[in-house]
Amino acid sequence: MQALVIAAHGSHLNPDASNPTYAHADTVRETGAFDEVREAFWKEEPHFREVIRTLESEEVFVVPLFISEGYFTERIIPRELRLDEFEPEQWESDGTSASQVTLEAEDVGKTVHYCGPVGTHDAMTDVIVQRAESVTGDPSVGEGVGLAVVGHGTERNENSAKAVEYHADRIRERGRFDEVEALFMDEEPEVDDVTDFFETEDIVVVPLFVADGYHTQEDIPEDMGLTEDYRLGWTVPAEVDGHRIWYAGAVGTEGLMADVILERAADAGAELGDAIERVRQITSSATESESNSERTSQAGD
Amino acid sequence: MVAPRHVEELVQRVTDGGDDNDIAFDGLRITCDESADDEFTFTLAIDGERVGRAGLDADGLREILAGEAGEGDETVDAYVTNWHYWQERVGGEGTARRAFLRWCEDAPPDDDETADGDRSVPARYAALRDGIDREWGQLCITARFVDGDEPDGERAYDLWHVDDADADLDDLEIYDEPRAAREIATDDEDGRYRPLKTAPTLETGWAFTGLSGTELVDAVGFFYPATIANWHREQEGTLDVDHWSETASRQSGIYEVVSELPREAVDWMAEACCVDSQCLRRREWEYEEGDDLDPDGGDGPFPCREPCSLVIAAARKWAIAESETERTYELELTPSERNQLEELIDAVADDRTDEIREADVNDGANRYRARYLRAKRFADGELEMREQ
Repeated sequence: MQALVIAAHGSHLNPDASNPTYAHADTVRETGAFDEVREAFWKEEPHFREVIRTLESEEVFVVPLFISEGYFTERIIPRELRLDEFEPEQWESDGTSASQVTLEAEDVGKTVHYCGPVGTHDAMTDVIVQRAESVTGDPSVGEGVGLAVVGHGTERNENSAKAVEYHADRIRERGRFDEVEALFMDEEPEVDDVTDFFETEDIVVVPLFVADGYHTQEDIPEDMGLTEDYRLGWTVPAEVDGHRIWYAGAVGTEGLMADVILERAADAGAELGDAIERVRQITSSATESESNSERTSQAGD
Repeated sequence: MVAPRHVEELVQRVTDGGDDNDIAFDGLRITCDESADDEFTFTLAIDGERVGRAGLDADGLREILAGEAGEGDETVDAYVTNWHYWQERVGGEGTARRAFLRWCEDAPPDDDETADGDRSVPARYAALRDGIDREWGQLCITARFVDGDEPDGERAYDLWHVDDADADLDDLEIYDEPRAAREIATDDEDGRYRPLKTAPTLETGWAFTGLSGTELVDAVGFFYPATIANWHREQEGTLDVDHWSETASRQSGIYEVVSELPREAVDWMAEACCVDSQCLRRREWEYEEGDDLDPDGGDGPFPCREPCSLVIAAARKWAIAESETERTYELELTPSERNQLEELIDAVADDRTDEIREADVNDGANRYRARYLRAKRFADGELEMREQ
């Protein structure tokens, strides 16, 4: 038997923070590729600490629903799962290349394949592009359009920015969009000045965040000038400085994220049959343009 | 009713591999003596004794199992279909899932072959016709036969809120997909988010009917995550309790500070957060091994094996607050006003503010009373007082 655990942050305050986790877990459940699928959280239940013991499977694939390698993927999750032998060096990562490491969970005697975060997987690049298609309602969006991939960025962890730049570079190399930029909330180049970085009239803005919350539904829309006050909402597209901004909201809510989760598990040796193909079919047909004038309050805790 | 395939399954099990395949389950015992040319012995545990037949050949065994041997056929039928349900349908020997489903119908543990009285198969079969109710936190679980008139051993499980136990099913929202439990458990009756799944604030008005054993375990897992696993560990004597000092010292980042929470404050914290009125898990963790906390751990069926993430987050707040030194303040209050402060704190602590009637000015936590006190005793948004 094999099990999948999707490890996410969750929230004590905002019930919506875990919605993408549940949605992607359900997509994976529908494929039947795993005997068991569990959501696990830092701030909700089941907690990381107690999730493995709820499984009957001997082989467990843990995929962190996080954007970058850092504090949570290197320290919190392994510690709380009791992967006592884990050292970040075992990933042999340059900051975006962690794939997986096989360990034993000390409290249950199971084999745990601890995977790199979804945010740095190559398949994430496709999710960002699909998010751009979703928000514009245009399956071939790209020509004459600029794309901004927006990350949190933090000087405490250089990997936070690396993940954003990694995908921006990959999309740029494909030549699909006229311009592609990596922008940040907390470091240069800043998302506040988004229109300064593009010559195209249309700019699609995709935040590389797992869930919608405080940053994606309050900070970024206000910082970019989409709205004076997030509570008033904004239009998609919104006019800013002569540009049309197509603001997509968190990439993590895109259905295709379930594909990245499966890719991570497959890379770690999970036997998935045709599940990846099926998830791609399901989630690409589910693509639809979303209105995002509603506030979803605060993510994180 | 015993289906012919159940009989064949059972005969197959006992004939396939000699002594290892002897059946000894829930009071049913079938042994095969290979040295005596495959002679079978069939017995049931009835009223503390083993009753049955020895020296059977395979056809004789089949006849008994199929209920064609005369007296007591209904009892034999129960043992055979019971064996089929647990061994062929549920399986999972040694798992928490199986132990929980056994608990749901008050069955003895797998290795207790002598179970008698109310827990014997015939007694349980009589009870399962009407349904056996168990409580798990605020959940009421009914184990029953799918077909109560002519039971074939197949169980179904119904699940609803304990407060709805007497409700008419027509008045409840009916679900059959365990994942729906996630939605039900998200908010309380007032629409407030429930970050603590085991808080005693589960909303009423719903029911899951006709769940399979696996579906029941999944649904309970969505309502009360990991409670079955930890309960099972406790039953097995392998619950791994992490006391406060261990959990606190493990924390890092912004939570590293919680290990500085004073010893006595951990008592206050447990009294504030970890009692039955706030959480249905039974606290098994203490300050540290050999140093118990003062408050009672609670009476719930499932254990709490370490401080949860909500306790850690709150402990951070208290650890920082407790690092301040105490000072003495002087302020003027009438005796009634001093009493009112106590009533205000009690009302919030007991989550009673919503119940206080608009015009009940006798209640110190009444809104008008609180506004009056503020109008009188606050200046520039702060309680007027002097620091000594």
